[in-house]
Amino acid sequence: MNIDSIKNGIVIDHIEAGKGMEIYNLLKLDTLGCSVAIIKNASSNKMGKKDIIKVDAKIDLDMDILGFVSPSATVDIIRDGVLIEKKKITLPEKLVNVIYCKNPRCISSTEQELPHIFNLTNKESREYRCIYCETKGE
Amino acid sequence: MRSVIDIKDLSKEEIAELVSISEDIISNPQKYAHKCDGKKLATLFFEPSTRTRLSFEAAMYELGGNVLSMSDSASSSASKGESVADTAKVISCYADIIAMRHPKEGAPMVASMNSTVPVINAGDGGHNHPTQTLTDLLTIHREKGRFDNLTVGLCGDLKFGRTVHSLISALTRYEGIKFVLISPEELKVPSYVKNTIKENGLEYKQTTDLMSVLPELDILYMTRVQRERFFNEEDYLRLKDSYVLTPEKLESAKIDLSIMHPLPRVNEISVAVDNDPRACYFRQALNGKYIRMALILKLLEVE
Repeated sequence: MNIDSIKNGIVIDHIEAGKGMEIYNLLKLDTLGCSVAIIKNASSNKMGKKDIIKVDAKIDLDMDILGFVSPSATVDIIRDGVLIEKKKITLPEKLVNVIYCKNPRCISSTEQELPHIFNLTNKESREYRCIYCETKGE
Repeated sequence: MRSVIDIKDLSKEEIAELVSISEDIISNPQKYAHKCDGKKLATLFFEPSTRTRLSFEAAMYELGGNVLSMSDSASSSASKGESVADTAKVISCYADIIAMRHPKEGAPMVASMNSTVPVINAGDGGHNHPTQTLTDLLTIHREKGRFDNLTVGLCGDLKFGRTVHSLISALTRYEGIKFVLISPEELKVPSYVKNTIKENGLEYKQTTDLMSVLPELDILYMTRVQRERFFNEEDYLRLKDSYVLTPEKLESAKIDLSIMHPLPRVNEISVAVDNDPRACYFRQALNGKYIRMALILKLLEVE
């Protein structure tokens, strides 16, 4: 399979296989006018299988979303066809409006203006809890 | 300006300070009678509660302060659709401190994020009720003189009882606490609460039989087993009486056992137990007023 290499843009590499579409949706890449390629199940020495997203434009990425969905991902910044920066992703300490609290008794279910905020409560199990009601995030 | 939304907002040292202020208030009430002259407490209760609201209001009056009370949410701005955030912004224009009870979990936290005065969580649904835990801690301290090296039995509904979870979480900060968790299979303590005990290197044991463990307890914290928690009526009928405390059952208990209950009680402690000096649930209710006085003083930074 052939995907043109990009001149100025971003490659999100080492995405956990199967998570590419989720990241595409959460980052709202469908709203971009430029070329965007999602490669699913690419072979990887390190991971076996991985997903890759290529974006042919300079855009700001929400690293918290990436870190939450696939902390194994890396972000390559390409300028004039050259890799100028490789960013490692870390698990974000806090998520704002990335996931939503599903507890019907939580105040965030009735206060429309309230941001849905989750804090990282357990790094190993990647557990996030709602700051208002402490319900586990899904 | 700080608020108390969760018992974990207070350090072990701050809890010790609140207990010590409460003890001083009990010994010298006159010294505190005008500490909050000119200050106003707003009690915003979006769901019915008599004892907690009256306890807060009595606490403020005994400090010389005044109370602005909203106890019927049907006649309040909430019924017009005002957000908790806006309510907090407005009420902090009128009051020096707010005590809030709300059926939605996290509502007092939202209030504290928007208020310019301290907010005390007076209960948010089934989530937190830090002043109840402070009341329990003051009671343990007054009855036992310490927080460490105690065998604490918690009996009844340990699954849904927020006071139980919060008390366990607070007591795991002290050394030598042994928890005895007494409940029907259906109402056992959730695993995350047991994990908190383990993570703090403390011991616990679980049983369904109150009588077998009663002799070893220093504290027995009773809670109500509610009919609606059971899947079928048979199980409820089978279990409801096994956790009714009677003078006969107490014969095997330690002579200095402290029997606590967050109240209201229904039938889980027989009225005949009330005259036993080991029953301290009504003293516990009184302690609730003193610890709230101490908390108001601390949050208002009154010396």
